[in-house]
Amino acid sequence: MLIRRAPEIKESEVTDERLYVDRRRFIRTAAGAGAGLGLASAFAPLLACEGDAGDRAGSASDQEEELTPFEDVTTYNNFYEFGTDKSDPARNAHTLRTRPWTVTVEGECSKPGTYDIEDILGRHPAEERIYRLRCVEAWSMVIPWMGFPLSDFIEDLQPTSNARFVEFRTLYDPEQMPGQRRAVLDWPYVEGLRMDEAMHPLTIFAVGLYGKVLPNQNGAPIRLVVPWKYGFKSIKSIVGIRFVREQPMTTWMTSAPREYGFYSNVNPEVDHPRWSQARERRIGEFRRRPTLMFNGYADQVAHLYAGMDLRKFF
Amino acid sequence: MPANRRLIERATRTGIFLLALAPFGLLAFDTLTDRLGTNPIETVTHRTGWWALTFLLLTLAVTPVRQLTGIGWLVKLRRMLGLYAFFYASLHFGVYIGLDQFFAFDYIVEDIMDRPYITVGFTALVILTPLALTSTKRMVRRLGGRRWNRLHKMVYVAAVLGVLHFLWLVKADILEPAIFALTLGLLLSYRLVTSGLRQLRLRRAARSAARPASLRAQSPAAEGSAGA
Repeated sequence: MLIRRAPEIKESEVTDERLYVDRRRFIRTAAGAGAGLGLASAFAPLLACEGDAGDRAGSASDQEEELTPFEDVTTYNNFYEFGTDKSDPARNAHTLRTRPWTVTVEGECSKPGTYDIEDILGRHPAEERIYRLRCVEAWSMVIPWMGFPLSDFIEDLQPTSNARFVEFRTLYDPEQMPGQRRAVLDWPYVEGLRMDEAMHPLTIFAVGLYGKVLPNQNGAPIRLVVPWKYGFKSIKSIVGIRFVREQPMTTWMTSAPREYGFYSNVNPEVDHPRWSQARERRIGEFRRRPTLMFNGYADQVAHLYAGMDLRKFF
Repeated sequence: MPANRRLIERATRTGIFLLALAPFGLLAFDTLTDRLGTNPIETVTHRTGWWALTFLLLTLAVTPVRQLTGIGWLVKLRRMLGLYAFFYASLHFGVYIGLDQFFAFDYIVEDIMDRPYITVGFTALVILTPLALTSTKRMVRRLGGRRWNRLHKMVYVAAVLGVLHFLWLVKADILEPAIFALTLGLLLSYRLVTSGLRQLRLRRAARSAARPASLRAQSPAAEGSAGA
């Protein structure tokens, strides 16, 4: 088993929180100025990705949408490992130990092994991505994540041509995650993506938000963010990744196969069997707003599902 | 002694009246002081619904508690508790219509028609409405005790639908609605058992009433109860 240590990343190299804040203020100003010219979406990735913004344009297309306050992003969470009430994780997640932390990589790839979180963070500098988050419960937020493209991470692992799907696994430790003491779900939490979804430039591993280290209740130390899918696809506190041939069985599919499909793309036209997905309440807003196809990222991701019956593959 | 008892009775009723109003007061306070959390409309919806169900079950608990403790005047609390259930259920529905959906009637109609958990919740409220309207003494008199009683048996249906409403809306953690369901189950089984026992007693009485006159004379009480 390979344990890669972190290359020296000095405390001084870590971007100061104030810098992020300032930078975002700059991004917003720039976006505001360029909005009329349709440049708004190009600015943020340009500034954030240090050069290779081309294929990521539009990734942070939310400059004109107000950010959900930090307080709300960090106290209103669905993270059943810390309790099923949305206020539970903020209260209970302090028991999670995010160091030492390793991510085990298995399956159809040339570089399986156990990777230390420090190494992962060292290899992949975090950039800011402002994404909408749409929960399957019909509420939504706009969150400034800090993270890096999942594709960068996956490329290093050199998946083989047999790797058609990626499966992700959350930590299972009832000592640290008190919610796992009850069999509300079939622990550990498992999610999955098709390979092309995982490699899509919008898909990131998030390690922070609002320029800060990711709070435990938001899935520290490393989580997935797939902004065009319902929030539960964006699995938190990841300890395992597996490249597989067959479509993985996810936790919510196991829990209620009729209600949660593998794809779980945000789709206002396909209702949850029990409630409507046509509209959503943006946290902080009074009236519901219409839900957008693929959560507003249709331009970037609709081609992934060309020819698929999205009612069948919900 | 009776004066003393009347005092206890009145104090209890006033106390419970105020206590039952407390969740509403707290809700108003939390609203005014911005303590409803990140998703205030969701919080208000859940809280009012929770209290509606709680009062519905409390209403159904009155009879068993009265019969088991022998404190007869408890029955006087039943109407108040029932009306509170209706009050919180109406608030719950009002919040859903006016705040959650903001009077988007096309969506509301779709919800009520197509989403089973909303269908049953709405039906429960529809059932509770005539019960609330006929809760006055005058209405009891106008309808006549037996008809009034038959109408108010519908509260059992409303309670079952209300609990189903809760059970069907949760995603995975059914613990809380399951507690409501279990409590309701106990309250309803109590009634099944007592009415079963009553039937048994009546049948036995009827049988002894059918016996020859010489034997019947020995059990005049049975005849009396059979006719009641």
